[in-house]
Amino acid sequence: MALTREQMAQRVARELKDGYYVNLGIGIPTLVANYVPTDMDVMLQSENGLLGMGEFPTEGQLDADMINAGKQTVTARTGASIFNSAESFAMIRGGHVDLTVLGAFEVDVEGNIASWMIPGKLVKGMGGAMDLVAGADNIIVTMTHASKDGESKLLPRCSLPLTGAGCIRKVLTDLAYLEIENGAFILRETAPGVSVEEIIEKTAGKLIVADDVKEMTF
Amino acid sequence: MAGLDKRVATYEQALEGLTDNMTVLAGGFGLCGIPENLIGEIKRRGVKGLTVVSNNCGVDGFGLGVLLEDHQIRKMVASYVGENAEFERQLLSGELEVELTPQGTLAEKMRAGGAGIPAFFTATGYGTPVADGKEVREFNGRKYILEEAITGDFAIVKGWKADHYGNVVYRNTAQNFNPLAATAGKITVVEVEEIVEPGVLLPSEIHTPGIYVDRVIVGTFEKRIEKRTVKA
Repeated sequence: MALTREQMAQRVARELKDGYYVNLGIGIPTLVANYVPTDMDVMLQSENGLLGMGEFPTEGQLDADMINAGKQTVTARTGASIFNSAESFAMIRGGHVDLTVLGAFEVDVEGNIASWMIPGKLVKGMGGAMDLVAGADNIIVTMTHASKDGESKLLPRCSLPLTGAGCIRKVLTDLAYLEIENGAFILRETAPGVSVEEIIEKTAGKLIVADDVKEMTF
Repeated sequence: MAGLDKRVATYEQALEGLTDNMTVLAGGFGLCGIPENLIGEIKRRGVKGLTVVSNNCGVDGFGLGVLLEDHQIRKMVASYVGENAEFERQLLSGELEVELTPQGTLAEKMRAGGAGIPAFFTATGYGTPVADGKEVREFNGRKYILEEAITGDFAIVKGWKADHYGNVVYRNTAQNFNPLAATAGKITVVEVEEIVEPGVLLPSEIHTPGIYVDRVIVGTFEKRIEKRTVKA
């Protein structure tokens, strides 16, 4: 079975470490916040200018001046700080964020990522995604392995305009966890009940199956 | 102290001198911390051909979106413009020019503009369409692109509290691009929820020192919420 969105978030959360500063993108990455282990202290960065994003507010706490990068109303946790957008991106571009999780349309064997523009369709803009992928060392891309009509999103070469070049090393799809090394996807883990053959079939870019490939457990 | 008293009484005075084809920098992220009433005054004045620099362009009927209704914006410099149907229509029909700029690069362009730095190198956007036509340099084995600073004829800013001297503090994440825009306007206009007596704001808590600010006005704000999310 392909992973659910919740399971994908759960799997990403296993990459968290106590004391990490983490930026979570919109969509599945946002759900990772629900799976931070209770024995860990992790600070979430929201690129509009909040370090220490807390839970959604109660009706009583609702504050139009308190939002996250997805423009949702949020709260600040104990230990949080708030700052301007240049300061926020100094943290990101200066490599101070320990882990960045974001979605994508495509990734390729060279670590290129395309996530912001589909030519001929509406162009909404890149927001902070180009800064995030250029600034972080440790990035996990979350996406479905193939499009709805079965086209692989793990490619020899991205077909869409790039968000960043050569910056992605880790990809979690609904079928597998893969790393990118030396011009190939390395299959490290399969989703429960998903065969290696199915992943090979749905990966257009060069794929190497790790000797110690594991099945994820939840 | 009259020479350093930045207060003005009306929105008309606040944007005195704004004319067609000027560049306006606007603070705000989404609908959070946007200078609602200064945008309204731009609409009332009917100036056209503006270049507007702001992270977003409001929504239909609110925020900078209202300036699209009468085609007052010729060019928009922004990082994300996906919340606005009229924007999309004008973009696709060629009525509106758009320069999409990564959010961190946009913030840094304003910061640099205000700080007298004409351009800077950044890794953001290297290898992407954003790098087209831009100088590339290698530092310590990594490639960077040259991005030029932005300044504006006017900066329109939303603060929380200000004093007569134009010292400003922002509230929570309504800070965002506001302090950066404030530094980079030839004429910087700040609208706030409250003007306090000099000395009330502690020197160490000021976000935007008054040296950057030309005019301060107090207004009332709708503060519309774009995505209202509450705990279940």
